[in-house]
Amino acid sequence: MVNDGFRLFPEQATAHAAQVDALYLFLTLVSTFFTVLIAGLIVYFAIKYRRGNRKVDRTLSHGHGMAMEISWIVIPGLICLIIFGWSASLYFSAFRAPAGAISIQVVAKQWMWKFQHPNGGREINTLHVPMGQAVELTMISEDVIHSLFVPAFRVKHDVLPGSYSRLWFNANKTGEFHLFCTEYCGTDHSRMIGKVVVMQPAEYEAWLSGGKVNESPAVAGKRLFEELRCATCHTPGQGQPVLTCPPLTNVYGHEVQLTTGSKVMADEDYLRESILRPRAKVVAGFQPLMPTYEGQVDEEQLMQLLVYIKSLSTNPSAQ
Amino acid sequence: MTVLRPELEPAVPPPESSALALPRRHYLNAGYSVRSWLLTLDHKRIGLLYLLSITFFFVIGGLAASIVRLDLMTPQGDLVQTETYNKLFTAHGVIMVFFFLVPSIPAVLGNFLVPLMIGARDLAFPRLNLLSWYVYMLGGAFTLYALAAGGVDTGWTFYAPYSSTYSNTYVMATAIGIFITGFSSILTGLNFIVTIHKMRAPGLVWYRLPLFIWSMYATSIIMVLGTPVLAIAIFLVGMERMLGVGIFDPRLGGDPILFQHLFWFYSHPAVYIMILPSMGVVSEIVPCFCRKRIFGYGFIAFSSVAIAAFSFLVWGHHLFVSGQSVYAGLVFSLLSYSVAIPSAIKVFNWTATLHKGSISFDTPMLYAMGFIGLFTMGGLTGLYVAALAVDVQLHDTYFVVAHFHYIMVGGAVMGYLGGIHFWWPKMTGRLYPEGWARLSAILIFFGFNLTFFPQYILGYLGMPRRYHIYPAEFQVLNVMSSAGASILAVGYFFPLTYLVWSLFYGRVAPSNPWRATGLEWQATSPPAVENFAETPVVTQEAYDYPAFDAMDAMAAKGLPG
Ligand code: HEC
Ligand code: HEM
Ligand SMILES: [Cu+2]
Ligand SMILES: [Cu+2]
Repeated sequence: MVNDGFRLFPEQATAHAAQVDALYLFLTLVSTFFTVLIAGLIVYFAIKYRRGNRKVDRTLSHGHGMAMEISWIVIPGLICLIIFGWSASLYFSAFRAPAGAISIQVVAKQWMWKFQHPNGGREINTLHVPMGQAVELTMISEDVIHSLFVPAFRVKHDVLPGSYSRLWFNANKTGEFHLFCTEYCGTDHSRMIGKVVVMQPAEYEAWLSGGKVNESPAVAGKRLFEELRCATCHTPGQGQPVLTCPPLTNVYGHEVQLTTGSKVMADEDYLRESILRPRAKVVAGFQPLMPTYEGQVDEEQLMQLLVYIKSLSTNPSAQ
Repeated sequence: MTVLRPELEPAVPPPESSALALPRRHYLNAGYSVRSWLLTLDHKRIGLLYLLSITFFFVIGGLAASIVRLDLMTPQGDLVQTETYNKLFTAHGVIMVFFFLVPSIPAVLGNFLVPLMIGARDLAFPRLNLLSWYVYMLGGAFTLYALAAGGVDTGWTFYAPYSSTYSNTYVMATAIGIFITGFSSILTGLNFIVTIHKMRAPGLVWYRLPLFIWSMYATSIIMVLGTPVLAIAIFLVGMERMLGVGIFDPRLGGDPILFQHLFWFYSHPAVYIMILPSMGVVSEIVPCFCRKRIFGYGFIAFSSVAIAAFSFLVWGHHLFVSGQSVYAGLVFSLLSYSVAIPSAIKVFNWTATLHKGSISFDTPMLYAMGFIGLFTMGGLTGLYVAALAVDVQLHDTYFVVAHFHYIMVGGAVMGYLGGIHFWWPKMTGRLYPEGWARLSAILIFFGFNLTFFPQYILGYLGMPRRYHIYPAEFQVLNVMSSAGASILAVGYFFPLTYLVWSLFYGRVAPSNPWRATGLEWQATSPPAVENFAETPVVTQEAYDYPAFDAMDAMAAKGLPG
């Protein structure tokens, strides 16, 4: 069961959560200080200078105005800069997943979450992950915008239709944690919830192998590559001569020269577009011969194809 | 700034104000026919037409919120069905933002006061002004139709592609309603800009303008520049929804993030359309009830303009977790802090105005003090959501709900109510019952905090917004919030009744019940159709309360017993 007692502060289940909380507490300190300052001054002045109090000195001293104005522009300005710097560096450093993260594919749709593990294991609305290992989710939506949020990890990212989003975490505590959809997505938005189950790595392995044996996404991708006849064009020695189609080895993570003369980085969104709308970006030196696969493959199959194409790339930086 | 003519009016309010009578001729008794109201070109009557209409929408929006809060008392959401729940919070948001808060102060108090405060006979374009009310009502009619026909469930934000291809509720009727109403904002803004530039009384140079006028000016700039972008965003949703033109839905080749950019390019500045006018009201009330010059006039005036300018540069802070680039996130975060500074300047200056004042606690002042406190809390929580790493946790949770309610309800609505009470005697010629009014100001303050403070905690705990059902562990805080909402509802109900009561039974108001500077107080209460018998000439700065009170004191000595 998700730990669901009454509380005033969320559970911390990643090291990142503790760092975010430190900043949150700093912000709370600053806010409390200014709220008490302003409210305190208002109450103090209101009592001291109430109309009925005739004994108080009301003669104004002149000349401090400018100094005060400057001080309440500069001091809050500096505090804002500190907050900005702190939060930006935290955000920036936590943005990219560390190399070697376990890669889990997520497909969201009204109103459920579908997860697929590297070995092919699938689950719905529940996500099992090992403790102490970085896990990276590659997420896409089949319909509207959703957003994956695990409060105990202090992570959230929108899941868009038509392009991939990523999110990663490294849980440091076993247990069950809420998983919410936080982008309003229609009627059952509030039922698009689930849980993340963090297990000891050994338990996770056992859990993985205990489930129904599935094809891993890379294997499924290879099978699809054959079934959809991608191979007839793209694999040397099969069917057409290599010259009319670009080989797909070492494409992912490299720059691709287009017929328009510009270059693009071959990331997941580029590969996805190349399959669904091949004419949108044509590789320099080739004819736009590739047929479109729009409507023939669903999001999960696309993800598997991508995992396969990525596995053809040896660029270590393209993890 | 005022020309003081103590000989023309009783300098000190006579002890028995019941001895006062309403002026023989004023804008309210200039005609009683329906036609004299519906075809009026008088800015004061148009202000009242708006007052009635937005109050109507406020009640509807409030009812929707009450059902939502009632439903959230239990985690299972067993009061209404989920479809209904979603339609209710959408109706609440759409009505409160587009049909209540955006028009509230500008269209009611602004319409009534801008010409009076600058010594003009009317706005620059009276016909355009009347047109703006009709446009507003037409937009309102579309939206009410959509509600009656079955409602909309997209949220007031209309995020695509849900709104453009997936929702099968009355999206188009609502969108058209909002589209149309936008033009009424544009017309009002245009009218104010021209009026403030061209129709100021002789001697009323920019630095003598009341700060309310400065804030109206800044608001008008945002209305004129921002609203067309909202219109474009809505228009494009319509194109995609009705004609299938691919703009936002990736299946049609569109980009869903584009919608969010367009929407927030208007809607972030729009939050300042809602708050700047209240800041203007507070800047009028505070010096009056402190009998002091306002502290830092120039800083307050220019911070309004700075807010209007910066507000157009920060829209991307609503997209921190939507997949906008990291670098864009960094820039928008930094820029967001730049709006916090002018807001802080205002708070400090109001507080400093209290120092060495001679403070009385009439209802408008209670609202103004409440405003400063709640706006401070709303603004400070803006620092949380502008902090990238923290916003990842807070985005789309109840924290954001609490943040914007502190500003829009705790701030903007408190300011609006403060303004309504402050100028009620001028608008109607009657005084409201002070005891009831103070009581409701206090109820509203406490009810508000009980309603929305728990939501900050809920948000950081992770409760997402727009959730009909929620995990049981969040129930205690939700029940607190609902309890607060019921106090708040009572607090709002009182003014609705005693203000109407005062129209018939309230004591007759003198022309300047608060002894306030400001040209509007030189007109009779209620003012004559043409506002001033002769064009006033301004020779002084605004808010010279010490001089004003000295004149009063002299006049009091001069008058026999
Ligand atoms: C009829 C032959 C043909 C078939 C079948 C085909 N492709 Fe292609 N593909 C091409 C050609 C020609 C290009 C280069 C021109 C272009 O960019 O459209 C290409 C380009 C690509 C690229 C971009 C490569 C780069 O270097 O940037 C990817 C990725 C790709 N194909 C994947 C696939 C997949 C996956 C399938 C099967 C689902 C497939 N293709 C089926 C002919 C084909
Ligand atoms: C003091 C400076 C302010 C800062 C730094 C600030 C910052 C922010 C940020 C970053 C968000 C996005 C949070 C998120 O969605 O995750 C936000 C939301 C919001 N703010 Fe502010 N804000 C400030 C003042 C205001 C004011 C003055 C208003 C209104 C009058 C306002 C109304 C809103 C509203 C309505 C939303 C949420 C909209 C929605 O998603 O429905 N804010 N604010
Ligand atoms: Cu959702
Ligand atoms: Cu904003």
